[in-house]
Amino acid sequence: MAGSEVELLDFWASLFGMRVRIALAEKGVQYDYKEENLTNKSQLLLEMNPVHKKIPVLIHYGKPICESNIIVQYIDEVWQNKYPPLLPSDPYLKAQARFWADFVDKIYDAGRRILNTKGEEMEKAKTEFIDGLKVLEGQLGEKPYLTGESFGYADIAMVPLYCRFYALEMIGKMNIEKEYPKLIAWVKRCMERESVSKSLPDPHKVYEFLLERQKKIR
Amino acid sequence: MGKDDVKLLSMWASPFCMRVKVALAEKEVAYEEILENDLMGGKTELLIQSNPVHKQVPVLLHDDKPVVESTNILTYIDEVWPAKPLLPTCAYGKSRARFWADYIDRKVFPAGRNIWTAKEDGQVESARKEFLDILMYLDGTLGDKDYFNGDNFGFVDILLIGLTSWFPAFEKYGGFKVEDHYPKLAAWITRSYARKTVSESLTNPEKITNFVGMMRQMYGIE
Repeated sequence: MAGSEVELLDFWASLFGMRVRIALAEKGVQYDYKEENLTNKSQLLLEMNPVHKKIPVLIHYGKPICESNIIVQYIDEVWQNKYPPLLPSDPYLKAQARFWADFVDKIYDAGRRILNTKGEEMEKAKTEFIDGLKVLEGQLGEKPYLTGESFGYADIAMVPLYCRFYALEMIGKMNIEKEYPKLIAWVKRCMERESVSKSLPDPHKVYEFLLERQKKIR
Repeated sequence: MGKDDVKLLSMWASPFCMRVKVALAEKEVAYEEILENDLMGGKTELLIQSNPVHKQVPVLLHDDKPVVESTNILTYIDEVWPAKPLLPTCAYGKSRARFWADYIDRKVFPAGRNIWTAKEDGQVESARKEFLDILMYLDGTLGDKDYFNGDNFGFVDILLIGLTSWFPAFEKYGGFKVEDHYPKLAAWITRSYARKTVSESLTNPEKITNFVGMMRQMYGIE
């Protein structure tokens, strides 16, 4: 069988992988999806990402691109003739989009620590997480998407976290749905896009997976 | 046509500010530098207004519009002033440059900080090892090239060179020399410092090392 032009090494529950799946779907790019077993990484993954040995990795004509936000930018640049653009063309607006995508990474990190720690460390992570969501709620304001009228880079960076809201609420004992109405409205708006709804797994399945993983860590 | 009004909110010891200065110098963009106070003073109103989320330097103000986060600022500068590009022109080359930019940003300065804030010998040793392991990948990707960008000084070079002003401090408190472990990387530092844009933008490493010594005293490390 002929090699595929575009391959994605990924893991079904990875938020970072979801960003790439959304971007590829937005651009209508066909690709081969390869599910990695993270407890037994494939030789291909270790060769394609020798520095970090992590998914997602996009392989385009045999050449690897690593780090989810970098991959999304790459997709936008290579398939720039395919609508929609994921980043604005204006340099200032682009810088804004990149800023918010970087900010989202900090929220992700706090979310990860809520799930993997306990006691004082978890409480600290919760404070950071809540502070981050408050900033996003403010940033959304009356806008339909994080950086304006169009769905794009910053939204792609953030929306995968939605599939973990249920788990974070249960494990972290929080109520995201109630506290952040603009964020929830934004999530629903994003989920109306097929690229998003088909790239995110079921939140209950994610919760079960995270619980199992927690048992192994603790 | 109106002239660009470019201001840089910076702090003299910040390697992240130094990066932006090098980039502006490489692009021959005139700017006004507005110095923030160091540890002793509070943050200025202008800084807090321009970067309300993080309240940190560097902040580039282009016609009063703020761009923050040094790597983001460098990308912005490269896009607004496209002559003499800092990033490669092809998408794949750009992705590799961004990969190493991300690696440098996530790893180098925090590892260096672990060295000068370490209190016991055991901590210093493991911090030193971690730092050298991180440099190993950078040395590997530089290889036999003159610059990370190839023949021309570029994006990744600028991001790393700012941090090298702190290397003598890491070396002093870590008990090592980069040139003993990674001669190619050391040669790249020397080669880069020979550029006027670098030597005029980077703070004298001796001043940084003294500053680190002062912080160690403040934090009760020595």
